[in-house]
Amino acid sequence: MLRIAEGTRVRDLSEELKELTGEDVSKCIQCGKCSAGCALSPFMDLLPHQVMKLVQLGHQQRLFTSSTPWLCVSCEACTSRCPESIDIAKVMDSLRKLCLEKGYPPKEKDLYAFNTTFLDSVRKHGRVYELGFTMQFNLATGKALRHLGETLSLALSLWRRGRIGLVPHEVYDKGTVQKAFETAERFVK
Amino acid sequence: MTESSQEPNIELLTYSEVVEVRGFVGNFEVQIRKKPRYVDESKCTGCGTCIEKCPSKVPSEFELGLTVRRAIYVPFAQAVPNVPVIDPEHCRKLTQDKCGACAKVCPTGAIDYEQQEEIITRKVGAIVVATGYSLFDPVLYGEYGAGRFKNVITSLQLERMLESNGPTGGKVLRPSDGQEAKTIVFLQCVGSRDEQKGIPYCSKICCMYTAKHCILVKDHHPDAQCYVFYIDIRAGGKGYEEFVKKAQREAGAVYLRGRVSKLYQVGDKVIVEGVDTLSGEKVEIEADLVVLAVAMIPNPDAKELAKVLNIPFDDYGFYTEAHPKLQPVESATRGLYIAGCCQFPRDIPDSVASGSAAAAKVCNIFSRDELVVEPRISSIDPEECTGCLACLEVCPYGAIVTEEYQGRVIAKVIETLCQGCGNCAASCRTGACTIRGFTEEQILAQIEEVFERRAKVA
Repeated sequence: MLRIAEGTRVRDLSEELKELTGEDVSKCIQCGKCSAGCALSPFMDLLPHQVMKLVQLGHQQRLFTSSTPWLCVSCEACTSRCPESIDIAKVMDSLRKLCLEKGYPPKEKDLYAFNTTFLDSVRKHGRVYELGFTMQFNLATGKALRHLGETLSLALSLWRRGRIGLVPHEVYDKGTVQKAFETAERFVK
Repeated sequence: MTESSQEPNIELLTYSEVVEVRGFVGNFEVQIRKKPRYVDESKCTGCGTCIEKCPSKVPSEFELGLTVRRAIYVPFAQAVPNVPVIDPEHCRKLTQDKCGACAKVCPTGAIDYEQQEEIITRKVGAIVVATGYSLFDPVLYGEYGAGRFKNVITSLQLERMLESNGPTGGKVLRPSDGQEAKTIVFLQCVGSRDEQKGIPYCSKICCMYTAKHCILVKDHHPDAQCYVFYIDIRAGGKGYEEFVKKAQREAGAVYLRGRVSKLYQVGDKVIVEGVDTLSGEKVEIEADLVVLAVAMIPNPDAKELAKVLNIPFDDYGFYTEAHPKLQPVESATRGLYIAGCCQFPRDIPDSVASGSAAAAKVCNIFSRDELVVEPRISSIDPEECTGCLACLEVCPYGAIVTEEYQGRVIAKVIETLCQGCGNCAASCRTGACTIRGFTEEQILAQIEEVFERRAKVA
């Protein structure tokens, strides 16, 4: 239920997004082409066009408790097909950011843990340190304890084939990677 | 209007109605009832002193009750002619024989309380019917509270409010307390597209004027926020889609797809209970003002006038054109044309187009000395006709009249009106009535020929 009382500013969210991304969601005509072509939409609790509509209505509570922005893999099929040329993937990305900023817990916790652990690993080593990343991700999500035997045997067979190393292989020029992170962070404030 | 009132070839008969039409194309005789306006048009200078002095105040019809007018009044500022009329139901002189202020102050002595209704006759060659439309009464929707909630108004009332010389001077105010309206909710399709309580057709113009209202509201009150509940946005027309997008993007109107279920009052707000079916979310809005886009319907007396003019009309009371695609402004009766919303809901460009088309059709008739008629029309043999007049009853064009023939009354065809439909020929008991080129002998000969050929083939 969306309640619009006196003083409710419905357009705040779309204006905030516009400032953040340059994308005007009020342009959306609800044709549904984004939802029709989205590979992940069967797993989403809101279809991409519904997300656009809820942004127009400024329904933050519904948006920031939705799985959709987290499930979006930024394949940009929607973006390239949108008749109003809205960069929908970009909007989804910004919604993830706003969700965290506004203090809503991410709806897809595992995905969030994966993203953060992955980036942490890259930041530290300049590339992914597979073993460390896998262990950290499994610890963060509790998966390691639930499937301990399975995880260990997988790790062992991967190590035997030389797919993962025991120690991290760092890149030569970690400074450049650091710079990339810093630049990205400037955009995220 | 002013231009037409000054054109020497145009006689403008306002405050009058057609009571009878006789004759046919090129030869119509129209009887017109001129209602008494109690003001002598030839003496009145339009100074307006009488209006200022009149003590009776009644809700103004033109301003839809948003303000008052006097018992002697000019309906609206640009009315032609600029001559006031006395409303006999509210005038103290005419109802109680008191007051008489207007007659006292009139500098030219134009007020005439004794004026009587007058029936005048005019001969005309063609008739264009452009009697317009009426609006659906939203009181039928109890759930919307129209008539009960002061802050629930119709689009036409908002249209008057947005007018700079209107009752609120262009400001959008809550009728309940005169406060500026900040949150305005528009409800589309009130009465239209509703087979249960309203009418099944789409009223056609509401999507566009609501978009216009959103833009104007934003223009007059930049702080205001408009919401529009709609079923479909029907914006087919030159620049129409772009205009709706302008309302959404530039004026920031929020469109919600769904019909509102109910309105109710809490304090000085009207709560709108709706849904947005696109996101699947129920929506509740605290509104200052709710505007109902009520359906266009035929005038209440449209059917009555249709009988006077002999124009067919549909189930709703809209006048029927002779052919929906090829004769869109012609009626079934030759020389009688229909234009504008008496035919079906239309916006301004469409109404202007149909009016212009009807005028062009009239010019087409008037520019010739003789009218060309179809050769396959009815003819009645006066010797055979018994005068039963079965044909007269079935003729949809009013093309059959009676005449005296050798001391008997018989039927006669007006050839300019007959369209050759054949109803009369089929109904004729004696065979006096036939369609030229389709006599019984000719039809039977054709049938025989067909069967003979078939027999040969077999």
